[in-house]
This record gives sequence, structure tokens and C-alpha cells, in this order.
Amino acid sequence: MLKHLYDTDCVTWSPQGKLFQVEYAMEAVKQGSICLGLKSNEYVVLCSLKRQPSELAGYQEKQFKIDDHMAIAIAGLTADARVLCKYMRTECLEYKYTYESHHPVGRLVFKVAEKSQHKTQSGAKRPYGVGLLVAGIDPNGVHLFETCPSGNYYEYKCQAIGSRSQAARTYFESWFHLFEKSTLEQLILHGLSALKKAIMEDEELNERNVEVGILGKNQKFIHLNAQELKDYIVKLETFNANTQIQQE
Amino acid sequence: MYIPVNDMLKHFKQDAPAMANITHKSDQWSPYHDNSGTVLAVGIPGAVIVAGDTRLSNGYNILSRDATKLSQLTDKCVLATAGQYADFIALRKFLQQRLQLYEFQNEVQASTETVAHLLSRELYSRRFFPYYTFNLLAGLDENNHGVVYGYDAIGSYDKMTYGVQGSGQELVVAVLDNQLKGYNKINKTIPQTREEILDIILDCFSCAAERDIHTGDNVEILIITAAGTERIVKPLRKD
Repeated sequence: MLKHLYDTDCVTWSPQGKLFQVEYAMEAVKQGSICLGLKSNEYVVLCSLKRQPSELAGYQEKQFKIDDHMAIAIAGLTADARVLCKYMRTECLEYKYTYESHHPVGRLVFKVAEKSQHKTQSGAKRPYGVGLLVAGIDPNGVHLFETCPSGNYYEYKCQAIGSRSQAARTYFESWFHLFEKSTLEQLILHGLSALKKAIMEDEELNERNVEVGILGKNQKFIHLNAQELKDYIVKLETFNANTQIQQE
Repeated sequence: MYIPVNDMLKHFKQDAPAMANITHKSDQWSPYHDNSGTVLAVGIPGAVIVAGDTRLSNGYNILSRDATKLSQLTDKCVLATAGQYADFIALRKFLQQRLQLYEFQNEVQASTETVAHLLSRELYSRRFFPYYTFNLLAGLDENNHGVVYGYDAIGSYDKMTYGVQGSGQELVVAVLDNQLKGYNKINKTIPQTREEILDIILDCFSCAAERDIHTGDNVEILIITAAGTERIVKPLRKD
């Protein structure tokens, strides 16, 4: 493999037409702990698994409010995520100040993508090592976007990124046709079910390592508190994905 | 050095300008307009009540009968402003933006005391082209007791139990001094309950609307408690 000849910096193409530095940056996202998002006609739900560096440490938060109508979940380098988070928040504040309305979601994701792309076309810079799931609501509807270190962005009905996210995506492929008409509670339970597929055998979901954020047409972005998380995790035991109701 | 007395006296006596030299530039354009109206705020243990009329005027003209002078900045505090409406909007926008940034950076909403100081600094930053706003910041302190801060146009502020600003200020503040503090009152019963104080506030606005042409239409009242915000709107004279 002659990868090492073409992977020193962003300004070198490989003969196969790849920018290896950008691909390596996407690897960093895959190493981050899982976060996923799913949406219905009215709500977007973000679920993440929080990592604890050691017994002595706290859990790393993975979801951040950008504005009342928008939030992100991150996977990858948290420090890079902080930079993008601050940028998005500032853009939303300035937009609100000038236009007295909420920043359209797709437009802000586009700005983040532009910023990310810029880092992939310079000899002296490196790409951001973080992928974002952007949940937002604007007059165009309910949105879930994914951004990449490459500067690409995509809109999704549901998506999972990070470590072992394929398991969650497989769950989504089976059930996403139900999400559009799901209630908020059903959506949260689907999200947690998908999250459960992606954890290791010796791990379990609890109110400390799970983070759930919800956003709705009439609901500002909010995190579920510890008690609510506990209740949902209990409900998870009897949740039937097909019928979307609790069964014994 | 010997200074002749007359020269010295020149520094103390201001010569009146000769009548011929005075040119009145009364038709020069002014960036300021007084959109008038009255606001008041009263702090009591456990709550703060803020009220403002909803009439917007310019000279003898009414611009709107339904314009709010109150702006809730955080869960616990409200800005009430009399003066120039455009400056109120600009000030409110600045504070809303700045307080949202504060909340992102500190992961908690700014306390009323913090907002009070922020407002003072912002007003003073425009010392040489002031916001034509006469503000009251009403909110709950750290113990959830009602507190009112009153400001001048350039940011001098002080904590008070109640305050009034605007075109009806003189009419209303005398009534509140009498009713809430018992000044010059023969029967010194001070109202204790929220309902009594609300009645007094409604009466104050009715009185102000009687005598002040710039006050009237509706009075909008916000009651802030730890449990949340309640909003009441009552009609006033429309003439």
C-alpha cells in the first residue's frame, strides 16, 4: 500500500482520486461514541451514548443547543466540535439580531460545510475531526442533517454516526417507515432501541451514560432529565418496534 | 504674579449673551423623539409586578394603541422602558442577544443583578450619543424576592422597592409614595397582598391616563414569580 506517499497533507491527491487526510479525519468521527437522530412530522430526537474517560471522570456531553430551534450531536474530536458549536451559535445570534427570526437550518449547515471544506484545501490546515448531526426546525419543516470533515452534508430521515453505528442504522432501515407518524414517546423509544443495538455486551444503558435531546415545532430544544431517562429506559424493556406500543 | 481683579472675576462671572447674537436653531433635525407613556414596577417578597401603558405617541399624535413597553429578558427579569421606542427596541435586541450568549457561556441564565449591571454598562457605553430610554429593570433576586432597578438615560442606577418612569412619572410616583410607603398618609396602612398592590397599580394608571395625554389605551401588567410569568391587560381611557 503506497498510501503513505499521498497522505501527508490535504494538497496531495492519490492516484485513485482520494484525499487521504480527509479520509483519515472521517476515521476520527468513526472512533467517537455513537450518536443518532431520527425525526417525525413534528419532532426530532437526538440520542447519544456518553463516554466516561475513567471511573473518576464525568461523562462527556455530546449534545449542544445552538438556538431554540436547533441543536447538534457530535462524534469525534470534542475540541473541534466546540469550535463549530461556537461558530453556529454566533451565526444564529447574529441572524436573529438582524432579521428577528430563526436561522434557516439548511443554510447554517451549508455554512458549516463551507467552513469544513476550506480546511481540506490548504497545505497548512487540517480538516475538523468531528461529524455533527444537526437537528433543526424552520418554516421549511423538520430537519436532520449530517456534516462531515470532508465538507459534505446530507439530509436524513434518521442517521447514526460514531462507533458501532452500523448496528443502529440497520435498526433504522427496518423501522424508519413508521417514524413519520410516530408520537414523541415512540420516537424516543425507537431512538433508544437503536442505541441499545450499538452498545457492547457488557454495557448497559442508564441515565448517566445516555443523553436524549428533543426538538419540536412547538418545543424548544430540551434535554431529558435523569428521571425521565430512567422511565424511558424501563419502558424500553417492553417496547415493540413494529406496533410501537408497550407489550408484556 | 499679580492678576488684575477684573481679569480674575471674568473666570467666575458668565456674561449673558447679547440678545442680538442668539440664533434659535429650533428647526434643526433631532435624532430623538419622545414616544412617551408610563411604566412602573413594584417589588414585593416573592414577586415583582411590572406595568406599562400601551400607547405610543409622537407629540400630539398617537402612533399605536397596542405597543408593549415591557420585555422579558430572562425567566426572572423584565425590562420596562419609557422614552424613545426605537432606542427601546435597539436596547432590547442588544440585551436579548448578549444574555443568550451569557447563557451559552455560563450554562445558566443571568441573575437580575447581573442583568442590571449589564444594562448600566451598555447605557454608559453610549455616553456621548445616549439611548433616549428611561428604564426600569424589575426582577427576582437570588432569594426570589421582587426587586426594581431604576436608571437614567446614561446608566446611573440604583435598587429600589418601586419605580416609575415616563410621561406620567410625577403623577404616579407621588401616589405610590403615599400608598406603598405611607408618606404623608394619615391612616398608615401599607398594603401587603399582591391583590391590593395590583389594585393600586391599576388605579395609578387610570389616574395618569386622566391627566397625561400621552398615557392611555391599555395597561399591560406582568407578574413575575418563581413559578412563572402572568400577563394581564386592562383597558384605559382612549382619549
